[in-house]
Amino acid sequence: MSAPAATTGHALSLQGIGKRYGEFVAVRDASLEVASGEFLTLLGPSGSGKTTILMMVAGFVEPSAGRILLDGRDITALPPERREFGMVFQGYALFPHMTVAENVAFPLRVRGLGRSKRDAKVRAALDLVQLGTFADRKPSQLSGGQQQRVALARALVFDPALLLLDEPLSALDKKLRAELQEELKALHRRVGRTFINVTHDQEEALSLSDRIAILNHGNLVQVGSPEALYERPATRFVADFLGKSNFIEGNAEPDAAGITLRRGAARVLARGEARGRALLSLRPEKIALLPDGAGEDNVVEGRIFAWSYLGTGYGLVVETPDLGPIRVHLPAWRAAVAPAEGLPVRLGFSRDAAVAVAEDRPAAIPGGAA
Amino acid sequence: MSPRGRGALGWWGLILPAFLLLTAFYLAPIIQVLAISVTEPRPGFGNYERLFTSESVQRVVFTTLRIGAVTTVIALLLGYVLAYRIAMAGPKAQRWWLLAVLVPLWISVLVRAFAWVTLLRRQGLVNEGLLAIGAIDEPLPLVWNEFGIIVGMVHYMVPYAVLPMLSAMREIDPRVLAAARGLGASRGAAFLRVFLPLSMPGVIAAAVLVFIFSLGFYITPALLGGGKTLMAAEWIKLQILDLIRWGLGAMMATVLVVAILATLAVFSRLVNLRRLFGAGG
Repeated sequence: MSAPAATTGHALSLQGIGKRYGEFVAVRDASLEVASGEFLTLLGPSGSGKTTILMMVAGFVEPSAGRILLDGRDITALPPERREFGMVFQGYALFPHMTVAENVAFPLRVRGLGRSKRDAKVRAALDLVQLGTFADRKPSQLSGGQQQRVALARALVFDPALLLLDEPLSALDKKLRAELQEELKALHRRVGRTFINVTHDQEEALSLSDRIAILNHGNLVQVGSPEALYERPATRFVADFLGKSNFIEGNAEPDAAGITLRRGAARVLARGEARGRALLSLRPEKIALLPDGAGEDNVVEGRIFAWSYLGTGYGLVVETPDLGPIRVHLPAWRAAVAPAEGLPVRLGFSRDAAVAVAEDRPAAIPGGAA
Repeated sequence: MSPRGRGALGWWGLILPAFLLLTAFYLAPIIQVLAISVTEPRPGFGNYERLFTSESVQRVVFTTLRIGAVTTVIALLLGYVLAYRIAMAGPKAQRWWLLAVLVPLWISVLVRAFAWVTLLRRQGLVNEGLLAIGAIDEPLPLVWNEFGIIVGMVHYMVPYAVLPMLSAMREIDPRVLAAARGLGASRGAAFLRVFLPLSMPGVIAAAVLVFIFSLGFYITPALLGGGKTLMAAEWIKLQILDLIRWGLGAMMATVLVVAILATLAVFSRLVNLRRLFGAGG
């Protein structure tokens, strides 16, 4: 457990796996490489197939198609107990009739490990999650955060090849969630194992992951680092699910630095590649309110239609004759004017702020393998 | 009196009719039985002395305990398998399974006892069938003995064993079983180390229920025992109605009540009986 990182992780490879339940396709032809020691998150709304993929990796669900390889070895047909994967279940699934120590000892017990070795490993695992003093309590006597850490210790105690996490933080309140996110990230660095996490929480995915795989309707839509997905979403769905986005439709022409999108009389300079009918994603926080006389790659005039104060900033909806309603997020301390309904404003954003994305097609799988 | 006190009095008032009814027709006769056991035929504990001195009284007590214990064990084993199968079935199948378990409960115990007699007697279906396929040469003594009693009682008790165990099994989070498998336990290990211990409160509740029922069983042992194997209830009836030895019958009835209360007292320390007999929570 204290072995150096990089040597302890294992690589997983999903090759065209799919799952059907009769007519219903839960997962369609998903291919994905998870590198040794990586923290990968499967992100998607409920029903997107992310949990099904995790359950296929864990061995609880048999794929209808494709293969699963661990370090090049085919494990598709292996039952769950022989895969040697640690798993943290949604709601933790601690054994209520066992103490914390017995819970953590369970994977070692069923492997027939001797008592003294077992005790040492259990103690090390509980210390790893800072629960050494809780060994004799029952799970029902612990808080949600503590139960979560017991589940982690239990999943890591037998030096698993992979750690699978099924919505590990979803049962916790917001503040605790943020705290445990940091702990989970630190734990990943400490143990150097390959983690595969499932969540529907985009913030959790962004802050924890080395890479994120975004799923929608059983399709793997895009895989990449959090920055890459946020800055260069491939489709409308990715741009919309990971953060907030405005969408601008128009006719695109390539130009020297990217594309020029025409919409009626208006022109928008943007990044990316597109020709003909195209869609731009524009993040609300990348738009500024321009003072009089200031210029920007793109300038749009409009009136504030609605606004709200969000603490860290203002959320505005600006009705523009050229581009329709545009959502803007302004840092409160930098707002040039006090927002008011009906106030005329000039919005400015750079060419880099707008990026061309594809419309979602049910079967599109760009960037399936890393 | 405070308004709250008056409200509480109102609630007690609602309970009063049932309370009076139970006192008049249930508690009073029981106390009377208790009294008879120490007054007939003459005052004193002479009837209770027979527990220690009379071989026939002891035989009845041990027969009752033995048949009750054997019935409980067999009903629990059969019931556990059934309850497990039902708990693991889909919601739709579960309804059919439950119906199949409950239907026997709605058939009169008398009818069921006679049905077993016709099946198990010398010229019954079972013996005739076994003779026909040549498995036996002589009809087996399947009824009018302890074997017959146990068959009939187990048949009666299985639903009572299934229901508390099923309710305990339904409370087990299926994710806990998946977790056991995921952490390296084989199917068998997951069952033995996780499912079985978690279903244990249901098993204990079922054991208490079935054992207590078995101690006071009357019709089934009377019909399937053929008067040769006497259990407590039939023996009491014999003493009071046929031999007019009220004191001795009342003594055995009191012993039964005490045995039942003792069983409950012991097991209520082990499990939360209130919850298992459906008192919510």
